[in-house]
Amino acid sequence: MDDPATLELARSIRGHVLRMVHHAQTSHAGSALSMTDILAVLYGGVLRIDPDRPDDPSRDRVIVSKGHGGAAVYAALALRGFFPVDWLQRYCDDDNPLAGHLTHHGVPGVEASTGSLGHGLSIACGLALAGGFHTYAVLSDGELDEGSVWEAILFAGHRGLTNLTAVVDYNKIQSFGRTAEVLDLEPLVDKFAACGWQVKNIDGHDHRALTTALQTRGSNPVIVIANTVKGKGVSFMEDRLEWHYRSPDDVQLEAALRELGETL
Amino acid sequence: MRSAFVDALCDAAGSDPSIWLLTADLGFSVLEPFMERFPDRFVNVGVAEQNMIGVAAGLALAGKTVVTYSIVNFATLRCLEQIRNDICYHRASVKIVGVGAGFTYGAQGYTHHGIEDLAVMATLPELDVVAPSDPVEARLATQLTLARPGPCYLRLGKAGEPTLHNSNPEFDHGKMLPLRPGRDALIIATGGIAAEAMEAARLWSEQGRQAAVWSAPWVRPFDADAVSQAASEFSTILTIEEGVETGGLGAATARVLAQMPNPRARHIPISIAPEIRPASLSQTAHRSREGLDAASILARLQSL
Repeated sequence: MDDPATLELARSIRGHVLRMVHHAQTSHAGSALSMTDILAVLYGGVLRIDPDRPDDPSRDRVIVSKGHGGAAVYAALALRGFFPVDWLQRYCDDDNPLAGHLTHHGVPGVEASTGSLGHGLSIACGLALAGGFHTYAVLSDGELDEGSVWEAILFAGHRGLTNLTAVVDYNKIQSFGRTAEVLDLEPLVDKFAACGWQVKNIDGHDHRALTTALQTRGSNPVIVIANTVKGKGVSFMEDRLEWHYRSPDDVQLEAALRELGETL
Repeated sequence: MRSAFVDALCDAAGSDPSIWLLTADLGFSVLEPFMERFPDRFVNVGVAEQNMIGVAAGLALAGKTVVTYSIVNFATLRCLEQIRNDICYHRASVKIVGVGAGFTYGAQGYTHHGIEDLAVMATLPELDVVAPSDPVEARLATQLTLARPGPCYLRLGKAGEPTLHNSNPEFDHGKMLPLRPGRDALIIATGGIAAEAMEAARLWSEQGRQAAVWSAPWVRPFDADAVSQAASEFSTILTIEEGVETGGLGAATARVLAQMPNPRARHIPISIAPEIRPASLSQTAHRSREGLDAASILARLQSL
C-alpha cells in the first residue's frame, strides 16, 4: 500500500503547482505534474535532509536537472519547511526568489540551478565523486537528447558511482512531440544497462515502487526509469503536449483543483 | 609554463587535501607528477569536456577546490554554457586551465588556435581571467588562484617560454606588474606575448628610446587604476595580446580610457581580427604575419 503521507504530499504539490502556474501564467505545468510523485517520495521519505539544517554537509543531495519543472520542487521544499509556503503564492513575481526555472539563489534546499537541459547529471556525478552522502538526479526524457548527458552516463557507469541514483521522468512527450517521433530513446533500459547502470524500470506514479527503487543500492549507479504521464493528476492535462506550454485559466484551475480534492 | 603550473599545483595539493585535478584526457607527460602523488584526487574523465565541467562543479559544491585541464578551446568554448551556469552562477571553486594560448599550436590548424578565449571568458560573471606572461607568473598565478575561493580561468602557453622576471615579483590579484622601466611609451601585454614586447623594448633601447613594459596577467578583474594612472604619465600606451580584438586586454584598456575626460595617452591596441586563419604556420610565423612579433612592435614604436 502506498504511504498516505507521500500521497498527501503529492496531492498538495500538485495543487500548488497548478496555483503557481496559474498565478504566473507560465508554462510547464505538465512537466511539473509528471515528476510530482517522484519528488513526493524523495522529499517525503527517502531523502536524509533537515529543513532546519539545509547546509548540513552530510545531507543527501538532489539535482533536479529538468529545471523547467521547478514549480514542483519549490512546492515540495516549502511543504517540507525549507521556506514559507506563501513564497509559492508569489511564484515568478518581482523580488521573489522563486524564478520560473529552478534557482538556488536565495532558495534554501535547492542544490543547483538548472533550466538548460543536460547539466544536472554531471553535477550529480561530481557530488557523488566527492562522497559522504547519497546523490539523486532527476532528468527529463527530452533531456536525454543532449550529448552531455551521455558523457555523464558513461562516466558514472565507468566509475561505479554506487552513491548515485538518477531518475528519468519518462513521460514520453518532449517540447515538440513524442520522444519516439522526435528522437527515439528506445531501448532505454538496454542503453543504461550497457553503460554499467543498475536499471529499475517502474511505474513513476506508484509510490511503493518508487520508494523501493530509490532506496536500491548495489555495486553500480542506479537508474530509475520512471514511466510517467505528462500532466498526471488532471484529466484534461494528461498526456497532452499542449500542457507543456499552456497555463490554466480561472475555470480550468478550479476544475483541476476539484479533481485533486484541493480548494482554490 | 605547464611544468611551472604542475609543480605549483602539486605543492598546493600536498598541503590542501581538498584540491582535485580533472583532465579531459590531455596532459600526457605533463600531469603525471600529480597523478602519481594524488591518485585519489586525479580523474581523467575521458574526452568529455562538458561532463568534466559539470563534475567539477559538483565536486566544488561539496567543498572541493577543483582544477580542470585541457587545450584552450576544448577547456573553454566546448563547454561554455557549463562554465556559465554550473561554475560561474554557483560561484564554484573551479580553476579552468587552458593550455596552448594564442598560436601555441599554430601549425596544428585553426581548430587549435586559442584566440577567442580571452574575449569570451572575460564576458562571464564571477570568473577571474588570468594569463601569465612567463613561468614565474604561471607559478604565482597557480598558487594565488588555488588559495582564493571562486572560479578562475588560467590561460597558459605550453613549454619553453622565456622567463621575464629576474626575481619573485609582487603578484597581487587583479594587478598589473612591471617588467621593464621606461618613459617614452608603455607597452602592456597579457600572456606569453609579453616576451615579444620585451624584445621590442630592448631593440628600441638600442636606438636610445625607452619603453616601459608591464605585464597584465589579469584580464578580469582588470587593473583599471593602473591604466588610468598610466594614461596621465605616458603619451602612448600600446596593448598587446595574442587574441582577438573584440574583447580582452585592448578592449578593457580602451574602456578605461574612454571614461577619462582628457587622457594624455593615446592607445594603440595590437591584437588580431576575428578571422579564420587557414594557414598552417608556426607560432613564430603566425605572430609575425599578424603583427604581434617583436619586429612589428618595434615598427609601431619607431613610428611614434
